[in-house]
Amino acid sequence: MTDLASSPAQQAPEPPGADPGWHRLHPRMLLVHPVQEVLRAFPALLGAFVAGSRSGNGDRWTLLVLAAAVALGVAKWFTTTYRIGGEQVQVRRGLVTRRVTSVPRDRLRTVDVTSHPLHRLLGLARVEVGTGLSDRTDERGLRLDALGAQEAARLRGELLHRAGPAQAEAAPTRPETVPEADPETELARLRPEWVRFAPFTLSGLVTIGVLVGFVSQRLNEAQLDPARFGPLQALAGQLSERPLWVVLFGAVAGLVALATVASVGGYVLAFWGFRLTRHPGGTLHVRRGLLTTRETTLEERRLRGVEVSETLLLRLVRGGRCLAIATGLRVGRGAERGGSLLLPPAPLAEARRVAAAVLGRAAPVDGPLLRHGRGAARRRYTRALAGAAVLLAAVGAGWRWLGLPGWLAAVALAGLPVAWALAADRYRNLGHALVDRTLVIRWGSLVRRRCALDTDGIIGWNLRQSFFQRRAGLATLTATTAAGEQHYAVTDVPAATAVRLADEALPGLLTPFLR
Amino acid sequence: MQRAEPGGEEQGRGEQPAADEKPAATDLRPPRHRVSRMAIWYWTVRALLGWLVLAGGQLLWWALDPGNAGWHGSWLLVTVLVGGVHLLVMPRWRYAVHRWEATPHAVYTQSGWFSQERRIAPVSRIQTVDSERPPLEQLFGLADVTVTTASARGPLRIHALDADTAQRLVDELTASTSAGRDDAT
Repeated sequence: MTDLASSPAQQAPEPPGADPGWHRLHPRMLLVHPVQEVLRAFPALLGAFVAGSRSGNGDRWTLLVLAAAVALGVAKWFTTTYRIGGEQVQVRRGLVTRRVTSVPRDRLRTVDVTSHPLHRLLGLARVEVGTGLSDRTDERGLRLDALGAQEAARLRGELLHRAGPAQAEAAPTRPETVPEADPETELARLRPEWVRFAPFTLSGLVTIGVLVGFVSQRLNEAQLDPARFGPLQALAGQLSERPLWVVLFGAVAGLVALATVASVGGYVLAFWGFRLTRHPGGTLHVRRGLLTTRETTLEERRLRGVEVSETLLLRLVRGGRCLAIATGLRVGRGAERGGSLLLPPAPLAEARRVAAAVLGRAAPVDGPLLRHGRGAARRRYTRALAGAAVLLAAVGAGWRWLGLPGWLAAVALAGLPVAWALAADRYRNLGHALVDRTLVIRWGSLVRRRCALDTDGIIGWNLRQSFFQRRAGLATLTATTAAGEQHYAVTDVPAATAVRLADEALPGLLTPFLR
Repeated sequence: MQRAEPGGEEQGRGEQPAADEKPAATDLRPPRHRVSRMAIWYWTVRALLGWLVLAGGQLLWWALDPGNAGWHGSWLLVTVLVGGVHLLVMPRWRYAVHRWEATPHAVYTQSGWFSQERRIAPVSRIQTVDSERPPLEQLFGLADVTVTTASARGPLRIHALDADTAQRLVDELTASTSAGRDDAT
């Protein structure tokens, strides 16, 4: 989209050094690029070494590949230049194929600054300029790897806060006279004791799962059988002598311990030094990371709301996280939520405070919500219990006639009270409100979420009624939006309430269609 | 988006619990226009094709396993009965439900049969207006109109309009949306 093939007009004939608009990356990248290239060329190096040692002059071949990689890295620095123009940000790169990537400045949505450990050692930072949509790939965005840390910070400020001359004039109140003072106001800062919330996320289990998958795949590829591994055999032998419950208990305890360590480690690595600030130029900044530091920026004019979400585990310890609902920012998966994270798992009160601060008003975050009524409750119980009952009937029939073990039926029987509790919780958490021009919706049990969506961000309504909802006089009202998850639903409210809510949230839109 | 300013006359709207307020009107009327009458036949034929595939599969199985005539026959009978009821009920029910309306300010659709859905989008938030004529619809002289907004959820689809109406609607909507100014998010 924003990529332009290098055209003759953009390929200035003179060398970049002679062109005042074009800059090079930081000179210290002359150290980083060769290291990166050598790492990338590692398989080739290995191949050269092996092939060479057979023919007797392995060192020479290895050195040749090494020199080529280093030369490539050095050439990268000499061939990459960038220019911050009045209308466009451009990067030229490529040794053989010259490419010019241009991003119009008014399309510019995000500027992310990342420093890997090697960067940090040398005082460098990588700048990624995105157009907002799905800008995680090299193709669409524009990446400067890397500039000096100060230069990167300056560039970010310049790109985001002086988006165009018109905007600079429209905001004359900016304190140009005191640029030295930090103009940002701090909204949140990570406190070390919040690490206690890390074990109550599932990130540790996910990490372990990924590790196990990785290791087993490697073992498969190497055709190693772990059962033939001596110490493991001995362990298995010992375990088989113990009673089953001891083994199970030990396994669960070990898993919990591992998951705790992994999640705490992940939390510290990702969120250490987390800081959320607001810049008067109209952006929110997030800074975080222990080894690799990341700074992401979110334009407030793209913000359509906030979300406070609590998983069931986090609810046990009264914790929650806070996310931004913004256009052009997909809600990602994983602990970082694709850049929309405004606060990592933290005390719930803190998550609410941050949400209110970002939104600029507290009522949507803290205010009371309207219950959805008896019809919604009945549907919660019917669904949960019907599911559990069908499962119980199936397992029971299997036990009676197919000889399934009895404990399976017992587990299915225990599913009934669990389903009951789930339904009760799901109903208790359902709620909505319209306050301060904000549509507030809360739902969910395993993950309870409270979304506050600015009514300006609502771009349509879907009013859905299934056959059973029509019989019960209920409807599900979905607000569609360009931000976040694209749609937010008020589930199972009385049909009249749904229409009234839609009418009040966007006055005038429904008027010609009302009876 | 002027979120920072306090909201003028709209400030505080909705602060009372909605249940207390006496509403002027709390019921949406259906959209004004029905879709083309040919839609009934179009939906019938489309559903029939699906049922024929299923019945054909059953016949094939019967041919490959000629033994259990009773078993195969009864399942085929079930398919024919359920399919027949579906073919009789669904298109007429759908025709009764499917409606649409476009004003200078909003597009309003109603669709579905067993589950029904009404969608409303302000014209100012419309991003694209497409009309489409799949082969089967061409046979019946029909066309679909799809109105998308910046949300990935919630395109408004008006199925089975007669082709002239569809063209007129597209022209009308294109004219009124081209007056918009921002990026409609």
